[in-house]
Amino acid sequence: MEKLQSLLQHKKDLLSVYFTAGFPHIDSTVKVLKSLEKAGVDFVEIGMPYSDPLADGPVIQNSSTIALQNGMTLKKLFDQLADIQGEVSIPIILMGYLNPVLKFGPEQFVEECQKNNVSGLILPDLPYETYVEEFQELFTSNELSNIFLITPQTPEERIKKLDSASTSFIYMVSSAAVTGARDGLSTQQIEYFERVNAMELNTPRMVGFGISNHETYKNVCQYAHGAIVGSAFIKHLEQSGDDEEGIIQFIETLKTGKSTK
Amino acid sequence: MSTSFQPDERGFYGPFGGAYIPEMLIPNIENLKENYLRIMNSESFRKDFKTLLEDYAGRPSPLYHADRLSDHYGCNIWLKREDLNHTGSHKVNNTIGQILLANEMGKKRIIAETGAGQHGVATATVCALMGLECVVYMGETDIERQAPNVARMKMLGADVRPAISGSRTLKDATNEALRDWIANPLDTFYLIGSVVGPHPYPDMVARLQSVISGEIQWQMRNKTGNSNPDYVVACVGGGSNAAGSFYHFLDEPEVQLIGAEAAGEGLTSGKTAASIAMGETGVIHGSMTNLMQTDDGQITEPYSISAGLDYPGIGPLHAWLAKSGRAKYLAVTDQEALDAALQLTQKEGIIPALESAHALAALNQLDLKSGENVVVTVSGRGDKDMKTYMERLKLT
Ligand SMILES: Cc1ncc(COP(=O)(O)O)c(C=O)c1O
Repeated sequence: MEKLQSLLQHKKDLLSVYFTAGFPHIDSTVKVLKSLEKAGVDFVEIGMPYSDPLADGPVIQNSSTIALQNGMTLKKLFDQLADIQGEVSIPIILMGYLNPVLKFGPEQFVEECQKNNVSGLILPDLPYETYVEEFQELFTSNELSNIFLITPQTPEERIKKLDSASTSFIYMVSSAAVTGARDGLSTQQIEYFERVNAMELNTPRMVGFGISNHETYKNVCQYAHGAIVGSAFIKHLEQSGDDEEGIIQFIETLKTGKSTK
Repeated sequence: MSTSFQPDERGFYGPFGGAYIPEMLIPNIENLKENYLRIMNSESFRKDFKTLLEDYAGRPSPLYHADRLSDHYGCNIWLKREDLNHTGSHKVNNTIGQILLANEMGKKRIIAETGAGQHGVATATVCALMGLECVVYMGETDIERQAPNVARMKMLGADVRPAISGSRTLKDATNEALRDWIANPLDTFYLIGSVVGPHPYPDMVARLQSVISGEIQWQMRNKTGNSNPDYVVACVGGGSNAAGSFYHFLDEPEVQLIGAEAAGEGLTSGKTAASIAMGETGVIHGSMTNLMQTDDGQITEPYSISAGLDYPGIGPLHAWLAKSGRAKYLAVTDQEALDAALQLTQKEGIIPALESAHALAALNQLDLKSGENVVVTVSGRGDKDMKTYMERLKLT
C-alpha cells in the first residue's frame, strides 16, 4: 500500500493498465505483468475473472470468459504471483467481483493478497456501506487499500464520504457506462472532471473506463493524477497476443502518441 | 413476530438481501429506495393500481375448487388462477405497479429482463398502455424456445435485445439489463420481473404481488369460513408469484408455505435450477442469497425445461424463509412437471405454464389429509409452452 501511496504522491500523469488474469492463455498473467513493468507502466490492475461481471463491457467480459475456460481461479492467480515474488516491483491491484472473494473466504483472501504484495482492491459490487461495516478493518489491518469508484452521478456528499474512507486513490469512472474503449472526451465529461477537481479532495484520482489512446490519456491527465487503460489493452492482447515486444510498443504509443516502428 | 419477514432498513432478510451494486447504480437505487414506499402508500397510487388491476388485468383472479384434482388427492385443492390475468400470468400485477412508479418518478424509458418472456410481455404491455419506450433483454436460448412471446413483445412495440453471454438465459438477460441501467442512469427505469436484485426490488415486487395472497384470504373466508388454508403452494423461479402467494400468510404459522423449485433433470444431474437445494450463500444481481456456484465462486449455468425457472439464484426473502424454516422448498424434475401439466389439463381442462406445473407436481410430495385446504397458485397459462408440450408429450 505504501508503494502505491508514494507513487501517487510523487508522480504525475500516471499510467495504469488493467488486464485479466489468465488471458489470453493461463500463463499469460506473469508474462503480461512483467512486460507492462518493462514498458514503464506505473501500476497494474489484475482482473480476477468472473462469470457475471456486470460492470464490464463486452471486451472484458469476453476476456473473463476465456480466462475461466483456460482454468483461471483465484488460487491459481495467487500461485502465479507467489512464483514471481521479488521479480516485479510495480504496485499490483486486484480487481474483481465479490462472490469469488466470499467463496475463497475474505480472511484467506486478504492473507494471500498480503503475502503476494497486492497493494489494493477494486471490488465494484462491494458498496461503501458494506465495506465500512464488514471489510474495512480486515483490509486496512492487512495493508490493503480499498479503491472506491465515483461516477458523474455520484453526489458531492457521497464523494466526500468516499474520499475520507480512501487510502490510495479514487477511481473516477469517466462517464455513465460499463467498461469499454471510447474516443474523445465530451464537454459533460470535462465539466464533471472540473467539478470534482474543484472539490479539493484529499485523495488522488485516476480516471478509467473509456481511455483508449494517447489523446484520451493525455487529456484526462490534465484533470487527474493519471489514467487507467483496460479494454483497449485487452483488445491489443486479443489481436496480438501476450508478446512482450508488442506490449511495449502498445504502451509506448499510448504514452507518446508515436509508434517506434 | 409481525415484522420478522419484512426486510430491515438496508433490505436484509436475516443475512440475505442488501444491495451489492456498483457505485454507478447507487444513485438510481437510492432514489428508488427513498420513493417507493411513499409512492406505493399514496392515495393516488393505490387507486390507480386497484383500477388497473381490476379493469385492465381482470382481477380478482378466481380461486377455483378443482373437484377432480381434489378427488385424486383426497383433499380440497384450490387453484389460484393467475393464468387468467391479462397477458397470461401473475407478472402483470408487478408490471402495472412498477409502471405507475416509473411514471410518478418521471422516467421515460423502461428496461426489463425476461426468461420465459412472460415478464417481457407484461412489461411491453404496460409500456404500450402508458406510451413509454420499452427495451427487453432476453437470453438467446430463451428467444428460441419462447418464440410466441418474442413475437408478442415485438407486436407491442418493444425492442427485444438478445443476451449472448454465458448460458444465454435469464441470468444473462439480467446482467445486460443492469449494464443498460449503468449506461442510462437518468431517464431509465429498470422494471425487474421478480423478487430479486438489490434492495428495494425484492420488497417492492413482493408488495406488488401480495395482491395474490390478499385475495386468497378473503376468497378462502367466503368459500370455507376460514381465511387460512392448510397449505399454499407456488413455484419459485426468482420467487415473485410465491412471494405474492405467501405474503399475507407469513405471520400465520398454521399455514404451511411450500415453494416448488426446478430440479431440471435431477438435483445431482448437473442440469438443475434448484437454488435452495443445491445453492450456497453468495451474491447474485446485487443480492446476498442462495445461488448455485462452483467451488471458485463462479455462478453455475442453470438448467430447467421451464424458461421462467431457469435461474441460478432466488429472491432473498425465500433464502430467508428456507433458512428460518418458515417455508419449505421442494424440488420437482422436468418429467414430474410435464406429468402434472398433463394431469391438470385432462382432469380440469386447464393447460398450465410449465413453471406452474412445478407447483402442481409438488402436491405429490405432500402428505395431504382429507378435509385439508390446499391452495396452489397457477402462475400462468401454457400457451407459450405448446412447442415444448408438443415435443415432450408427443402431441404431433
Ligand atoms: C408463468 C410463470 N410462473 C412463474 C415464473 C417464475 O417467476 P417467479 O418465481 O418470479 O414467479 C415465471 C417467470 O417467467 C412465469 O412466466
